[in-house]
Amino acid sequence: MNKSLKSAESLGAMERKSVRLNVNGQDYSVRSPGGARLAEVLRDDLGLTGTKVGCNAGDCGACTVLIAGKQVCSCLVSLDQAAGEAIETVEGLQADSRLRGLQQSFVELGAAQCGICTPGMLMAAAELARENKAWSRTEILDRMGGVLCRCTGYTKIVDAIEHYLSGAALPAPKAEAGEVGGRLTKVDGLSRVEGAARYGADATPEDALYLKAVRSPHAHARFVIGDVAKFVNANPGVIRVITVRDIPGKNEYGIFEHYRDQPVLADGLVRFCGEAIAAVLCEKDAVADLDLASFPVTWEPLPPVSGIDGGLDPKAAMLHASRPDNVLTRGRMIRGDMEAGRGRHSVSGKFQTGYVEHAYIEPEAGFARRVGDRMEVFVTTQTPYMDRDGVAHVLGIPQTEVRILPSAVGGGFGGKIDMSVQPLMAIGAWLTGRPVAYVYSRLESMRVTPKRHPSRIEATMTCGDDGKLKTFAFHADFNTGPYASAGPIVANRVPLHAMGPYRVPAVHCTTRAVLTTDAIAGAFRGFGVPQAAIAHEALMDGLADKLGMDRLEFRILNSLMPGDSTATGQELSSSVGMKECLEVLRPAWNEQKKAVAEFNKGNDRFRRGIGVGCMWYGIGNTSQPNPSSMRIAIGADGKITLFSGAVDIGQGVNTIMVQMCADALGVSADRINLVLGDTDRTLDAGKSSASRQTFISGNAVVLAAEKLKESIRRLTNAGPDSKITFGQGKVLVSGAQEVSLDLGSLPGDGEGNVLSEVGYYNPPTTDLDEHQQGIPYASYAFAAQFALVEVDVLLGYTKVLKIWAAHDVGRAVNPTQVEGQIQGGIAQGLGLALMEEYIPVATDNLHNYLIPTFGDIPEIEIHIIETLDPLGPFGAKGIGEPALVPTAPAILNAIQDATGCRPTQVPVTPSRLWQLLRDNRGS
Amino acid sequence: MDYRRAENLEDAVRLRREMGYPFVAGGTDIYPAIENGARFPGLIDVSKVEALRGKIRREHDAWIIPALATWSEVVAADLPPQFDALKQAAAEVGGRQIQNAGTVAGNICNASPAADGIPALMSLGAGIVIAGSSGEREIPLEEFVLGNRKTALQEGELLRAVKVPVRAARCASAFRKLGARRYLVISIVMAAATLECDAGGRITYAGISVGACAARALRLAAWEQALLGRSIADLHALEVAPAYLAPLSPMDDIRGSGAYRVHAAGVLVREALAKAAVRLNEQVS
Ligand SMILES: Cc1cc2nc3c(=O)[nH]c(=O)nc-3n(C[C@H](O)[C@H](O)[C@H](O)COP(=O)(O)OP(=O)(O)OC[C@H]3O[C@@H](n4cnc5c(N)ncnc54)[C@H](O)[C@@H]3O)c2cc1C
Ligand code: FES
Ligand code: FES
Repeated sequence: MNKSLKSAESLGAMERKSVRLNVNGQDYSVRSPGGARLAEVLRDDLGLTGTKVGCNAGDCGACTVLIAGKQVCSCLVSLDQAAGEAIETVEGLQADSRLRGLQQSFVELGAAQCGICTPGMLMAAAELARENKAWSRTEILDRMGGVLCRCTGYTKIVDAIEHYLSGAALPAPKAEAGEVGGRLTKVDGLSRVEGAARYGADATPEDALYLKAVRSPHAHARFVIGDVAKFVNANPGVIRVITVRDIPGKNEYGIFEHYRDQPVLADGLVRFCGEAIAAVLCEKDAVADLDLASFPVTWEPLPPVSGIDGGLDPKAAMLHASRPDNVLTRGRMIRGDMEAGRGRHSVSGKFQTGYVEHAYIEPEAGFARRVGDRMEVFVTTQTPYMDRDGVAHVLGIPQTEVRILPSAVGGGFGGKIDMSVQPLMAIGAWLTGRPVAYVYSRLESMRVTPKRHPSRIEATMTCGDDGKLKTFAFHADFNTGPYASAGPIVANRVPLHAMGPYRVPAVHCTTRAVLTTDAIAGAFRGFGVPQAAIAHEALMDGLADKLGMDRLEFRILNSLMPGDSTATGQELSSSVGMKECLEVLRPAWNEQKKAVAEFNKGNDRFRRGIGVGCMWYGIGNTSQPNPSSMRIAIGADGKITLFSGAVDIGQGVNTIMVQMCADALGVSADRINLVLGDTDRTLDAGKSSASRQTFISGNAVVLAAEKLKESIRRLTNAGPDSKITFGQGKVLVSGAQEVSLDLGSLPGDGEGNVLSEVGYYNPPTTDLDEHQQGIPYASYAFAAQFALVEVDVLLGYTKVLKIWAAHDVGRAVNPTQVEGQIQGGIAQGLGLALMEEYIPVATDNLHNYLIPTFGDIPEIEIHIIETLDPLGPFGAKGIGEPALVPTAPAILNAIQDATGCRPTQVPVTPSRLWQLLRDNRGS
Repeated sequence: MDYRRAENLEDAVRLRREMGYPFVAGGTDIYPAIENGARFPGLIDVSKVEALRGKIRREHDAWIIPALATWSEVVAADLPPQFDALKQAAAEVGGRQIQNAGTVAGNICNASPAADGIPALMSLGAGIVIAGSSGEREIPLEEFVLGNRKTALQEGELLRAVKVPVRAARCASAFRKLGARRYLVISIVMAAATLECDAGGRITYAGISVGACAARALRLAAWEQALLGRSIADLHALEVAPAYLAPLSPMDDIRGSGAYRVHAAGVLVREALAKAAVRLNEQVS
């Protein structure tokens, strides 16, 4: 008999009495159990998916709604408690004419990036906006403090609320806003503030099965699965269990084809706590009562291989037969004579960083559907094309038979490069023929997906009497966890960046990624460079102090300049803004230096300090082809469509592409229709990572636009200098004479487009030779930030009072978005410096893993430096990762300045700093 | 999950005796616990029980805080300075959403060592009114919270209200919380101090309580003793003797080391005392 029907009956779904809910002024009758969480009822029963679920535990505030006018977490309110109350959700905001202005303010002022926190933010703000009083900034923070945002760094959110409360009109959109350099309103902003954007968990079909993974409670263990049929029979609503033997294709995946070492389901051996060993597919109704603890499995725990030393221990278990020493990969950058070149002054240091979690507010989610012999996957991802290939690989079908439909992405930061929910749900849908949805719990999201690599670094820097750097020696060991993920990227990128944005004649930088049974480490904003920057910036301070030089001036003296060569022998001919970044900070730096000395005179307990951090960052993949293709098409009616496979993970690439496309074609931005990542319709734009989309996909857009204009000139026999004007249904070409091209007269393709051109851009990089010489990146971003901190030495508590940030972005395509990236990057850098450390299992929720809240962000002063990279589209480089890199070094250097003690381990928690200060006083 | 709604006090007591499920008030502790793996066959919702609701009010020589009083209600209530510590603690619980839903009773009955509401009430000498099938009984808060997640509630009993003795006119209190970020943070340590003095500024009552430094919040009796009879004007002169902090036995955990916690507790208590003294001075002068 049909098992799903039987199970629905035995669950007693029929007996439930209905409950009346009043949402946004409308009455609904709901049949869910009285104890169901309101968030779930709103989303699943009423289809009001504007309310988001980020943690299901009160920790993120994404689910904030108003009940009787008060903000509450709808994930903590039961259906019975909500019954009969007036409930308001983001979908109801539009109806309130006043609050519509709040939404507009959010869109116009850049308060939403990925937008997953936005509904919660708006509801929290709605509560206070209705109270008639004058709000101070602190009072606003107190009311908003319960909602987390991982993208914006909060500043623009508070600005938007303040602006709205002030009653002032929003700046009228300028006609030229759509041009490059203008503050074009985020093109997908409205859908964010209306709660209409569909994220990974927001589009699950009615008839979907839900997937739950059985995961290992041990870091390292053998296991045997028992009687699965019995488990299925004992659990009404469970349709099927998937184990290793059911996988149709290859049981392996990974970012690199030659490093596909991660199994979809472990095969008798687990290598980290949380690794999946089986998947259970069940009906929606059965999910709540499903008890995976009763899954038949026998564990034989093995000694964990923990930490870098644990992995390198000759007695440690070998985690992969192909890597007998548990070293996944090594990286190096060796150049010049380290012995002969050594300077008279030398400083050394050892540094340590822990796992850092991306903590995007949207957990991994999506659904898969089998369509004939094809597989469609709707999923939150940074890499649709890699997903397509990876899913095809595990299903054993051609890549062309997989279609990836990226959802709106609620934050990525590198964490949604690896596949997560994709393989299992695709296998489930393939085997059952039913759509299969999989939404990670917060615990899964934290335990199972890759993190920032923990590092242990030793470095020595020398300089001469003149202060010029001479040599730099560096070795970093990274704990890469049990599987490759982005480990090789980190090991290769770090040696090239480890000396910092300085002229150093001789360098000896090596790295090693060590396999362990701790959490998987992979891609996270900066790929290991933020860890390395902590080391080089500490040593820069050390040398400046030795020479008695000002720390900022010492950096200016050593900054890379146009005409300098990097360690790989690449000559940087232009667009090297390091020195400009430092120079623009100089006046504030000198002023603060005096102010700090003044403040500290009268204060023993509270000590202030300033610290500067610099960075450089190669845009795009290291020495590897990483092309992007973008297509622009014109319809018979003159409609312009940009087909973009570049995923907007909140960084705003959609808006950037529209601006560049509009500017390149000479039309206003509202003329551009955007068709987004759908692997059947768009072309491969590569990953949204390595800060590459603006530079690489931007170039592809510009090339496509050029080609389009060329073909128009060809069709009209116009000269290369003729001016092209895109009108309705026709294109005007004015050169020697004026010609009008009637678009309707041209033959159309299947999509109704008459002209279509693809721009393909692959940055001009080269492989590095055996001496690591070559061109690893086509373009580099530079930045300097300085932090002012106040340390309570009695409690070891650090408060960051202000950060000044100067970033050479080549060209700011959209200043609002550049500011947003910088503010958000600084928030993450501050977290890295002061509070974030993922400890496997111990901190796998947002209660124990702390990311900065509204109240932790200092004032940020931004200076955008435009050096116009000749290779960049309109001169632009990238900003995504550079924003984060200098922050932690600046804060650590400021703590050292304030206390005289050098923190060498992050995060510098109060307890740790207190201990450090005590140990130093003792010695 | 079998979700029952108690209509009144008797109903709540009966359901609890018959079913044994936990109560749910604001749900801000119990629902996260379920997400983190706790399994309950059912819940008893007391949030609509009239006898547990109502305003925070004075009845004779005691203030009554009904079980279902939320942290936002505590902050908004019109209360004398002896409640400053409680109000300050309330404003530091989670974020606004948690304060709008979380209740005083839930905080106490959940009995987390890091419950922010407990030290403030303990320093005030609060008592707990317990309702059960055989009527009501009252015990001091210190005897109510027995340890980490352990209370003195017996089968079928629930917390009906918190009772705080009305202190003399010259009484003030203060709270200090230390966390690794500004909002939504579980305390590394927190401390509350209540001071009462006579017309001459001599301390007649001192209540000091510290949380997150043992399995439950504790009072620091030796420190309290040392304050009695002193003038609030020379409070700061009192050196912290190691014996004052002797009852504390904190663990090393992700939030901080035990040694750090003891040290920080000393600092926070001194700060809370100083803050309370300032407030008292305002009243004396
Ligand atoms: C994001 C977040 C942040 C938080 N931050 C803080 C913080 O900073 N400081 C802090 O102290 N706490 C914090 N908490 C914990 C929680 O919010 C508080 O403890 C709150 O006061 C609990 O009240 P409640 O009504 O929601 O409890 P519930 O979850 O409803 O109940 C908690 C426990 O008490 C029992 N209970 C409730 N009422 C009664 C009663 N009348 N009689 C007997 N038993 C009863 C329940 O059975 C349950 O075991 C936080 C929670 C979250 C989710
Ligand atoms: S989903 Fe409710 S607070 Fe995170
Ligand atoms: S915009 Fe706030 S979490 Fe992404």
